[in-house]
Amino acid sequence: MSRLLEVKDLSKSFIIHHLTKKMTAIETINFSLEEGEFIGIVGKSGSGKSTVLKSIYRTYLPEKGSILYNSEKFGLVDLAKLSEREVLYLRQHEIGYVSQFLNVMPRTTARELVEQAVIEMGRPKDEARQAAEDALTHFELDPELWDSYPNTFSGGQKLRLNISCAIVKKPRLLLLDEPTASLDDASKLRVREIIERLKIGGTTLIGIFHDLEFMDGLCDKVYDLQKKIVV
Amino acid sequence: MHDKPILQVRNLKKQYGPGCADCADPANRIIEKNHCPKCQTVYACRNISFDLHEGEILGIVGESGSGKSTLMKCLYFDEAVTDGKAFIRSYQGGQTNIFEESSQQHRFIRNYILGMVYQNPILGLKMDFSSVGNIAEKLIAAGDRRVKRMEERSKELLEHVHIPIARMKDEPKKFSGGMQQRVQIAKALSNNPPILFLDEVTTGLDLSVQASVLDLIKRIQRELGISMLVVSHDLAVIRMLANRTIVMLNGEIIEQGLTDQILEDPQHAYTQQLVYSLI
Repeated sequence: MSRLLEVKDLSKSFIIHHLTKKMTAIETINFSLEEGEFIGIVGKSGSGKSTVLKSIYRTYLPEKGSILYNSEKFGLVDLAKLSEREVLYLRQHEIGYVSQFLNVMPRTTARELVEQAVIEMGRPKDEARQAAEDALTHFELDPELWDSYPNTFSGGQKLRLNISCAIVKKPRLLLLDEPTASLDDASKLRVREIIERLKIGGTTLIGIFHDLEFMDGLCDKVYDLQKKIVV
Repeated sequence: MHDKPILQVRNLKKQYGPGCADCADPANRIIEKNHCPKCQTVYACRNISFDLHEGEILGIVGESGSGKSTLMKCLYFDEAVTDGKAFIRSYQGGQTNIFEESSQQHRFIRNYILGMVYQNPILGLKMDFSSVGNIAEKLIAAGDRRVKRMEERSKELLEHVHIPIARMKDEPKKFSGGMQQRVQIAKALSNNPPILFLDEVTTGLDLSVQASVLDLIKRIQRELGISMLVVSHDLAVIRMLANRTIVMLNGEIIEQGLTDQILEDPQHAYTQQLVYSLI
């Protein structure tokens, strides 16, 4: 196994101008991840779990510290300082992000959404079509829904579509941002099965879940944000 | 991934008015927003620099009067810049400042390298020509003389933007706003430009028409790989289209970054206000 990601002394605060206030979200976070591992991040609501993931994905601008990532394309890079263009490349080819929320393009069907993820990587259209069908089948989205618009999907369906969009790119690192929030127990179980399959397939994962039971036996290690230790 | 940007803009400046002792020196300028209260000079664009890369959609947001449309007009040579440089990769190897070229060369660049879609279709279309004729006009400007081929190309483009075949010979004045905008996009695409400028193209369109225009723009990027500069005051439009975004205020770039970062972690006070206003 080789090291895929190392988060070193990562801190992030937000300056809220209209309140002339600085709010600290996370401070000096440290953990690392080997290829193929699954790390869970736990902590109470508001402890900064999402901030960690969003800083890695660069939706948030990290303030201090480094996020060393071993990229297939660029070699060892610091995600905290990488150029926007390179971050975009990694998002298209190497790092995926799944949340419970769906970002839809108007009038784009579920099938098209997954296809586009492949086309963005520079693959031909027919290959994209096949890959999209495979992903949607694999993640058990009812074929009757493939050609409808996702705005009307249930929470579980949206999530499976989100995962399909991320997985169809075969990312090396997948960030899961509370993917089971607001799902019923049966849907949660299906998500668990999906994650187990991804793990067997060799994907490296970082996940945050608010219910610890769900993580039981699934993660290789758990990072506790309050105690700042890996357990 | 081509490393050299397709368009590089460096220190673009545009002012309306001569400037006076109070405002002429950029370092010690006493102005209100972008305007000098003493001599009434307007500094519409101040030191604008950015890169546009191949196949990318770069968003430019800002309120009315922030200078974003002036910037587009300068880049399309509708307005002369006061100062600054711009380089296009496919024009003379990207070595020549296009603002210093002759008006003849400006026409060449407009006809072969750039496409423009204006907020107001009247600026981009001849309302009394047929839609096919409008596209042919651009093709003729780009040196085409074969009538049959031009007609075929026009039909192909109009079909691409979903204008019904039966209405292709109609004049744009008989079309709805959304259809006019789609004809304008077809016209701008007719000479296969590597760079397309879109200025508030969905403003004033109703939601379903707006969705079809946005969908068209995204499709053009995916299928034709055209690089686009998209100006909008609407963050929702930028969120859907752009990978990277520039925020302008009073003629200056105050912030730039990945679009999701601008929306979720805005740094500048003005950008924060803009994001809080998003519905």
